[in-house]
Amino acid sequence: MFITKFSRLGAHVIKGLRRGQLTSTPGTAYSSVFNNHSLQPLKHQFFSATAGDKSQEGEDEANKKISVTFVDKDGEEKQIKVPIGMSMLEAAHENDIELEGACEGSLACSTCHVIVMDMEYYNKLEDPTDEENDMLDLAFGLTDTSRLGCQVIAKPELDGIHLALPAATRNFAVDGYKPKPH
Amino acid sequence: MLKAHQGAEVDIIDRLPTPFGLVRSGVAPDHPETKIVTNQFSRVPQNERCSFFGNVSIGSSVSLSELREMYHVVVLAYGAESDRILGIPGEDLAGTHSAREFVWWYNGHPDCRNLAPDLKSTDTAVILGQGNVALDVARILLRPTMELATTDISSHALGALEESRIRKVYLVGRRGPVQAACTAKELREVLGIKDLYIHIQEADLLKTPTDEEELKNSRIQRRVYELLSKAAVSGHSHPSSGQRELHFVFFRKPDRFIDSDDRSGHIAGVRVEKTMLKESAGAGKQIAVGTGQFEDLECGLVLKSIGYKSIPVDGLPFDHHKGIVPNARGRVLSNTSDLTQLEEGLYVCGWLKRGPTGIIATNLYCAEETIASINEDIEKGVLASTSNMPKPGREGLLQLLETIHRTENYCSKDERIVLFGDGHHEMTRKEHIQYLKQWMTSEERLKNLNKLSDLAVKHYNEKSNSKYEFVKFVKATVLPHRGFLYHITFEAKEKDAVDGQSITFQAKVYDGRKLWDTEPDRFLDSDDRSGHVADVLFEKTMLKVTPTLCGKAN
Ligand SMILES: Cc1cc2nc3c(=O)[nH]c(=O)nc-3n(C[C@H](O)[C@H](O)[C@H](O)COP(=O)(O)OP(=O)(O)OC[C@H]3O[C@@H](n4cnc5c(N)ncnc54)[C@H](O)[C@@H]3O)c2cc1C
Repeated sequence: MFITKFSRLGAHVIKGLRRGQLTSTPGTAYSSVFNNHSLQPLKHQFFSATAGDKSQEGEDEANKKISVTFVDKDGEEKQIKVPIGMSMLEAAHENDIELEGACEGSLACSTCHVIVMDMEYYNKLEDPTDEENDMLDLAFGLTDTSRLGCQVIAKPELDGIHLALPAATRNFAVDGYKPKPH
Repeated sequence: MLKAHQGAEVDIIDRLPTPFGLVRSGVAPDHPETKIVTNQFSRVPQNERCSFFGNVSIGSSVSLSELREMYHVVVLAYGAESDRILGIPGEDLAGTHSAREFVWWYNGHPDCRNLAPDLKSTDTAVILGQGNVALDVARILLRPTMELATTDISSHALGALEESRIRKVYLVGRRGPVQAACTAKELREVLGIKDLYIHIQEADLLKTPTDEEELKNSRIQRRVYELLSKAAVSGHSHPSSGQRELHFVFFRKPDRFIDSDDRSGHIAGVRVEKTMLKESAGAGKQIAVGTGQFEDLECGLVLKSIGYKSIPVDGLPFDHHKGIVPNARGRVLSNTSDLTQLEEGLYVCGWLKRGPTGIIATNLYCAEETIASINEDIEKGVLASTSNMPKPGREGLLQLLETIHRTENYCSKDERIVLFGDGHHEMTRKEHIQYLKQWMTSEERLKNLNKLSDLAVKHYNEKSNSKYEFVKFVKATVLPHRGFLYHITFEAKEKDAVDGQSITFQAKVYDGRKLWDTEPDRFLDSDDRSGHVADVLFEKTMLKVTPTLCGKAN
């Protein structure tokens, strides 16, 4: 499917030239680069990795959903239902909320940074681990109630939680929003 | 860009055959989690409107001005692929490398595959710098190779590390533990290496009121400092025999590199000067100044991790002092003093825009800013648009690459070229590329390709017993191979078809004569190969069945 001509021509072309080229042997050195990283949808990975213990407490519990509101860059709110045990990163992705997740929930980046908008809810969360704090150190627009979305797992007490995406805090700052202190 | 502009077509160019930049060649092999982001990168060229071109270098394969002629927008994001230097005596002694080279070496970057750092004739290495790159390098040197073997470290590096005699590593910083430029994650990792003796001078941990103030203002510095203080008091006071050692050396700046007595030209140590901190006026931070006290650190390997540096390409405004392209939110400024004059359609992003700092995610915000600028400029009508000034884009680039390749195929960079098929006209490489560019758009070339397409149709008809008729030439690429091997796309239609719809064909046609008699001809028996049709593909059937004619293709 890819173009070998370019390996001779000194350039490898990934794609976009399917029309109008005579293709010969597929699988140039280059094409394998992209093919090797088979692209798993994000959700398969986090759910099993982060599902909380709570979900084992019983059928009812496991089937329950809590309500979570994401507040996006422009201050726009979106309320979604999140099953107990699911991470906020995964929930965001399932609901087309623009939360990055560069490392796919493996605690190696800070791109799923969210801000818990209410101290009361923030205190209901387990304390961040050292590893999460290490990543939060590097988060853009860090506040005292910042967390990584991949580490916040839905549990019944969190029903009604509001999570702001970090860019939103810039807007809030303009409006006089101040993150509440510890 | 693809998201922001539904109409935009984006071509990504990289000088390496592979994409991902430092995520592949910088991020340490034992950080596979960090590299997961390549999954996201890989999804980008899956978009119909995006292509990746590897092995194309800006500055040598294609110039910046050529790119700007071909595309409405050019975003430069080619990073920082050189090093800051210390400018002290002995910097070139054998056994000194920049951390960039060493990192490229263990990550298998093609430019440093043959670096071959000598890890066998010494047991001590000095790393200058205490940032994350320095910690990465220290970790790779000190981590049990059993653990590295399971990572995607390059095999040449793994082999060399398995035989490494390095036991002791000094990490030298000009300032103190409060100012250490690393992050807690990297530090925690290096401190946690199995069976590693850590040495931190407790006296170095003393804080001045200014230090306290600095810590109060920076969460990350606070956490790094805490980790260092904890490490200083935990663990044994002396290494056990044979144990690997990591020494944090604070408040020292390199003064000169010491030449070896018995292996002249080879590094034997680093002379460092003790420093103290002084508040720098204005900058609000403390800088290290020398105290006139010196000491020598003996070693046989030095890795300088004092910062990366970008290099300009021809025609690009560049701020040599800051080592970046002068820009206003990603828009390239024509020169550094006038902050209003912009280079139309030219933008920067990443390390080339901000300097060599920040993590992968920093580039995300950096890119958002640049894209926002591009969008604003499109909306304001600052940029030439597709309607008022069409540009060739990808087609143009492909044509250029082909042209260049034709030249490169038979002349080196500075050689003068004897014009092909003529035998006596001489041209420079530049003139030749110019000449070929004219040829590419000439009537004569089109006539020739029409002729070859027509031949291909006849050939196809003969073989498949069909009655197609050549309609028009679409495009072609060419590979010089004792004459030229064309891949031609053209349209043809069935002679007696009622609806008369044309269909796309692709053909592989040789044109030219055998010129070099000494070489065996891999393709053909006959000497005369003008218009020899090797393959014709009928596009519609291409994916379904493999017509017998198309040999290899599938
Ligand atoms: C040793 C090291 C370790 C790091 N580890 C981490 C980490 O663990 N986590 C983290 O978040 N960040 C890490 N970083 C930082 C991160 O890698 C950078 O922030 C990021 O890669 C910078 O992106 P960039 O696009 O500006 O440059 P690069 O990633 O360097 O990309 C530049 C690209 O341009 C290409 N190029 C260069 N010259 C030309 C030319 N003339 N023509 C065409 N193409 C050209 C190069 O081949 C390369 O692909 C690390 C950096 C280093 C140096």
